[in-house]
Amino acid sequence: MASVTLEKLNKTFGSTHIIKDVDLKVGNGEFVVFVGPSGCGKSTLLRLIAGLESISDGELRIADDVVNDLPPRERGVGMVFQSYALYPHMTVYENMAFGLKLAKMANETVDERVMATARILQLEELLHRKPKELSGGQRQRVAMGRAMAREPRILLFDEPLSNLDASLRVQMRNEIARLHHRLGSTMIYVTHDQVEAMTLADKIVVLRDGRIEQVGSPQTLYQQPATRFVAGFIGSPTMNFMPAKLLSGAVDGCRVQAPGLDDLALPQDASGESTGADLTLGVRPEHLRLAEAQGENAFEIVNVEYLGNEVYVYLEPKAGDTLLIHRSEAPSRWELGQRVALVPDLEHVHLFDARDRALDIATRRQAA
Amino acid sequence: MNQYQLIKLAKRVGFYTLIAVVMVYAIFPFYYAVITSLKPSGDLFRVDFWLSTVDFGNYVQIFTQKSFVRAIFNSIIVSLSVVFIALLLGITASYALGRVRFRGRTTVMLVILGVSMFPQVAVLSGLFEVIRGLGLYNNPAGLILSYTIFTLPFTVWVLTTFMKQLPMELEEAAIMDGATPWVTITKVFLPLMWPAMATTGLLAFIAAWNEFLFALTFTLTDDQRTVPVAIALISGGSQHELPWGPIMAASVTVTVPLVILVMIFQKRIVSGLTAGAVKG
Repeated sequence: MASVTLEKLNKTFGSTHIIKDVDLKVGNGEFVVFVGPSGCGKSTLLRLIAGLESISDGELRIADDVVNDLPPRERGVGMVFQSYALYPHMTVYENMAFGLKLAKMANETVDERVMATARILQLEELLHRKPKELSGGQRQRVAMGRAMAREPRILLFDEPLSNLDASLRVQMRNEIARLHHRLGSTMIYVTHDQVEAMTLADKIVVLRDGRIEQVGSPQTLYQQPATRFVAGFIGSPTMNFMPAKLLSGAVDGCRVQAPGLDDLALPQDASGESTGADLTLGVRPEHLRLAEAQGENAFEIVNVEYLGNEVYVYLEPKAGDTLLIHRSEAPSRWELGQRVALVPDLEHVHLFDARDRALDIATRRQAA
Repeated sequence: MNQYQLIKLAKRVGFYTLIAVVMVYAIFPFYYAVITSLKPSGDLFRVDFWLSTVDFGNYVQIFTQKSFVRAIFNSIIVSLSVVFIALLLGITASYALGRVRFRGRTTVMLVILGVSMFPQVAVLSGLFEVIRGLGLYNNPAGLILSYTIFTLPFTVWVLTTFMKQLPMELEEAAIMDGATPWVTITKVFLPLMWPAMATTGLLAFIAAWNEFLFALTFTLTDDQRTVPVAIALISGGSQHELPWGPIMAASVTVTVPLVILVMIFQKRIVSGLTAGAVKG
């Protein structure tokens, strides 16, 4: 167990700059998830920590040791690969013992460690099987066992569940979460799936184009996204965005106007913006209420999805071509083709400036 | 029987006839060699398709010749050495060429391929000087050297292609486990590369075992010769007699090890050992 500190970390491949000035602190025993769209550099960042890629610039510390130039085996990290990468010619036991034997451990110690790891992961029955005789979930557990057997200070996971089918993925997600509760070890986990990130993480790191977009707990990221990108990435179905104009802004609140909506009085501090500035309004589907249309401001319902416990209602937007989504518990009284008015839940409306940064809520800033 | 069944039957008959033709075409020369080798010398020129009497005289004759036994021994030494050296160099080279990124990797691959395109005769005189210069003339080591030159390009190419197909994450997993490149090659890659190694090793063995031109040029005395040359130099009682019996017996003798080797390794060659390495 150890903490990990990244300071101004950079990675370049030739002329492409993959990781740009990343600062991050992963606390002892924390479960941190790197999430972002493909090509955002999340896997590269993990490989930099693992030691599979060299660091171009900056400093990487595990506990208090600078490990920039240490090979993986001396960093005390274990890694679970996306394809599991089990040694196909070795049994489960040999797979887990391989690293221990290379570390020149005594046979009894190797045996002890492997058996202990196998017990934790319920692999005892499978120790003499080859990888090809195992199911996907079992291979996944062996891959974790191999990474854990060396008792690394940090466990790294590179999209470990993306090769599993949906139901198994949920099950393994649970197992990994429970494993973390039990072992309490520091884990860093890479995924492109925001559900995995939300359910597993103590702390989510959202990456975009090699930069950290926001770091925070799942709740923070969901309730107070710092940028429009984070707001759109976290949460499913995704947040609704509408263009808006600032009518008046003060320190303790502002008034905005969005096409198709009544003027809104919002708690955000928009004193930094000039009147008439272009803003983006963000409302999560569950915070967008529908009402009977009255007058001009009406939206047409173009699709209704019934999911059993809840209903998604899709509305034709006034601008852009992304449909607006309203989400409510089933049953819903809204029907296809109906024209309705939108009533956003004012306390849960997000405002983003022209550079897509979120505007702070006035009271929140005063409290802080 | 209706028309459809008739066509089906005709197709079947045609298929097996074709197979029979191919089989006869491929096997008949060898079969005739076997029969000839088992005939007493008096019956040699009587055309027989079936064996009437079995006579091991020819075999006794060649195996009592000391030089022939010695030649078999030389051939075994030379061929096994070539296979061993070619595989050792091939595996290590293929790791470098297949796994390590460096400038000029493609150039190296093309040069290696280019070398293998020269006909043997083109390099014969040059190689002769090299071998004399190294003091390896009339020495099996000279043959090992020259055969390896011609075997390596093929070995390296096949093994490199195979090495490239092994998943990258497998090597990275080994690195995370603390393996050095050498350990990765020997403990992780080697066990997975058996099929490729069996194929290339076998072909290297066959090439070295059957090679004639270099063997004839680079050796002088009977006790340094390999089997193909020894067979060619088997002489009869007089200048006008070609001793077909002993020649056929010798040919059959040297072909048998190859047939056995192919039979042993054919399963290895076919089986894909990487099954289960990554998701499946």
